[in-house]
Amino acid sequence: MGERIIDPATEGWAASWYEASARARLDGLLDAGSFREVIGPEQRRMSPHLPLFDLPRAFDDGMIVGSGRLDGKPVLVAAQEGRFMGGAFGEVHGAKLVGLLRAALALKPDAVLILFDTGGVRLQEANAGETAIAEVMRAITQVRAAGVPVIGLIGGRAGAYGGGGLIAGTCSRLVVSEGGRISVSGPEVIETNRGAEEFDSRDRALVWRTMGGKHRRLTGGADAYADDTVRAFRQAALDAIARAPAFDLATLEAEQKRLEERLARFGDCRDATEIWGRLGVNDPAAVPALTTAEFDALLAGLGETTHDAR
Amino acid sequence: MSGWRQERAVRDARIEAGRAHASGKVVAAEHAVALLEAILRPGDRVCLEGDNQKQADCLARALSGCDPSRIHDLHMVQSGIVLPEHLDIFEQGIARRLDYSYSGPQGGRIARMLYGGQIELGAVHTYLELFARYFVDLTPNVALIAGVSADREGNLYTGPNTEDTPTVVEATAFKNGVVVAQVNEIVERVPRVDIPGDRIDFVVEADQPFYVEPLFTRDPAAMTETQILMAMMAIKGIYAEYGIRRLNHGIGFGTAAIELLLPTYAERLGLKGQIATHWALNPHPTLIPAIESGWVKQVHCFGSEVGMDRYIRERSDIFFTGVDGSLRSNRAFCQTAGLYACDLFIGSTLQIDLNGHSSTVTQNRVAGFGGAPNMGSDPHGRRHPSDTWMKAGREAQVTGDPALMRGRKLVVQIVETFGEGLAPAFVERLDALELARKIGLELAPVMVYADDVTHIVTEEGIANLLLCRTADEREQAIRGVAGYTEIGRGRDRAMVESLRQRGIVRRPEDLGIEPLDADRSLLAARSIKDLVHWSGGLYEPPAKFRNW
Amino acid sequence: MESLTFRHTTQKALPGAKAQAITGVVASGNLEVLLERALPASECTVEIETPIRGYGEVWAAVVADFVARAQPGGLRITVNDGGARPDTVSLRLLQGARLMEV
Repeated sequence: MGERIIDPATEGWAASWYEASARARLDGLLDAGSFREVIGPEQRRMSPHLPLFDLPRAFDDGMIVGSGRLDGKPVLVAAQEGRFMGGAFGEVHGAKLVGLLRAALALKPDAVLILFDTGGVRLQEANAGETAIAEVMRAITQVRAAGVPVIGLIGGRAGAYGGGGLIAGTCSRLVVSEGGRISVSGPEVIETNRGAEEFDSRDRALVWRTMGGKHRRLTGGADAYADDTVRAFRQAALDAIARAPAFDLATLEAEQKRLEERLARFGDCRDATEIWGRLGVNDPAAVPALTTAEFDALLAGLGETTHDAR
Repeated sequence: MSGWRQERAVRDARIEAGRAHASGKVVAAEHAVALLEAILRPGDRVCLEGDNQKQADCLARALSGCDPSRIHDLHMVQSGIVLPEHLDIFEQGIARRLDYSYSGPQGGRIARMLYGGQIELGAVHTYLELFARYFVDLTPNVALIAGVSADREGNLYTGPNTEDTPTVVEATAFKNGVVVAQVNEIVERVPRVDIPGDRIDFVVEADQPFYVEPLFTRDPAAMTETQILMAMMAIKGIYAEYGIRRLNHGIGFGTAAIELLLPTYAERLGLKGQIATHWALNPHPTLIPAIESGWVKQVHCFGSEVGMDRYIRERSDIFFTGVDGSLRSNRAFCQTAGLYACDLFIGSTLQIDLNGHSSTVTQNRVAGFGGAPNMGSDPHGRRHPSDTWMKAGREAQVTGDPALMRGRKLVVQIVETFGEGLAPAFVERLDALELARKIGLELAPVMVYADDVTHIVTEEGIANLLLCRTADEREQAIRGVAGYTEIGRGRDRAMVESLRQRGIVRRPEDLGIEPLDADRSLLAARSIKDLVHWSGGLYEPPAKFRNW
Repeated sequence: MESLTFRHTTQKALPGAKAQAITGVVASGNLEVLLERALPASECTVEIETPIRGYGEVWAAVVADFVARAQPGGLRITVNDGGARPDTVSLRLLQGARLMEV
């Protein structure tokens, strides 16, 4: 065998959140060696539906759940593998997340972390998937009502689309990176239904400035913006747990009010850059190219972006 | 009519007819069809500019808008069949005969039209060969070209994507032809004169800027461990061993991976300054990290690449630029440079047979080859030595007086043993032969001939064909790197093992490479965004490559 | 889907004490490999589920080369294939074996 060139312990090894697999993200996010998987791959709890469509299954159905420690704090975690079926919710996939959230009610961890990477519901098991979305949203509200913050981390290839976008909206805090996208209808869906004049899904710059991390952070749709590294997501998750808002009527009413104001203020904008301009960004066209440090400095100067109500 | 100036008289008549639709030399886009109908004659030989990069698309649309009862049976001579209009005109009866070089996206449609007899095919050339014929037996009557801007005198700025324009204009304007240029804008004064106005007869102000395909942009995010492994082997087993400084790369992911491994893997091997310093290459975005790390001394370009213009302006020590600061590319010169002044060409292909012939033509797709047959050939006219060239020549076996020995250009095929849809890259018989039989071509469209190929790199290893002494050895060397394809599984294991002992077949472990080390963390850039960072924000990638 | 099972006799147990490992992802052109220390040291099995039919001989060759190279005695290996090319399969199997040796 030849010489070893790479030392996996060196800086930069699989550091990109966007590139990392769901398992690698969990590995780097949690305290070393603390992850305990529930219903691991060896149990082979795979989709009962995919074989009917002659499609390959995954041992974990693209959803990895378990417990671990984050800077010593006990947390429950769920991670979607965005490369398997686009991270889409199927029956087993969804049930694992619902089960984890229900366990949180009993275990009362310091937080539940959901590592989103999903295009929405899996077409081949859509009924089960849709049901799972609803059950997850209900479970999240119960967990939050029980005083356990639920933190969403979004920075994978598939983003948080469809039901994943809806679930993200129910989390206590969302951390997003530049590559992360949050929305309900995906770019292709919009183009198919409304035409390329309305939304050209191949114009990736348009897609990202409409649904991407910077836009969601600027408008307050996400609460924290992280560099695309596993380390940055870890730090952002810790901060988010510490600053999780209360889950009460006052928060919900403030959120409703804020959404109404947002609609009134930006409803006639034709492009995200117009919204950024109205938010007080001097050079909206320059926003996509800003580095994390520059973007953080920009955020610090804008009041709108920090608000308990999303 | 007799005399020695008949062609000139015809040219004058064409220009006179065209004047009716022009104001001076300038023609509005909406009059482009009328202009072409006025200057073209049935049966004309027409060069419609367009290669694997820029396209005279406004004029292509105008040509396909001509009335086939007036304009028909044209003989198209052009670098690339790329736009739908390039083939529409054959369906419409406007054009009948075709001589070309490259086709990418239209490869499937060309195949169907060839089988259906809608196109009379002359030949599929390499660029330089087609350019040569423009001056001998394929001289255009009319050339339809593209530039960035022109003044009212017709002085033309072709900009970073100058590419084929000087060659096409030279062959047409100086042999009694008519030259029509589409430009993005008419200006008072062009930034630099790439083509003097007296060679341009009409200037069409296009309705939109000419199209350029970002063909040379490879997204590092899509690079696989297999491609990285092959790149490591090429660097250690070929670049380092032959000390390759002057080279050309194809457009595949394997070669892009080599570019991204120079500042990392190759740097750790201590090869900086020893390899990959002088290039005949388009401005590949994946070369940015190597340039920024001081690996690259100089690059001459066939064309430009979308989004690279600002970066090139700021790196004029590396690139060829005009007094205005922008890139000056020239396909004919760069192809010549690739042929005579480079010691290595490395590129990919779709099929390789047991002799080592290769082609990107398959049953359903007639892709032209562009520059590969030229760059991927051993120039018999070469007379200057280099260590690389001489070493390769010695390996190919010296007989007689060493002072009479020719060197050899290294022509390397870098291929994954299985391609898209599990299609094997190694085959008993090239699809190109079947295609030639079906449409009655005298020559099968072979991209690189076996006697030009010196090495084949796959994820399984490197086959050095220079060292093979018999046809049998050559076949087993090829089988020996053909992986789990049928060709690979059909190897004589004992013979491959003996070839390995002689260094003709080399595995990663023979080169001191651990396949499990072939990891994406070795790449100097893992995304397009990383390339932007390397460039200090000067590289402006097209929207389709962005995820921010 | 096509199911394939290969049983090999091995000389010795794969070194290391790790009970199980998983590598790769079921995605187009990729695969996941689950390795479990579940058999006697003289045995190794590889079970494969693949959506691409008719490549049994290629799988047999890839698995045989892997067993000869890694000597994965005692391992039950299960593969969910997403249509990976043979070289990718080979790479993932070796990656999996390396994970088990830690």
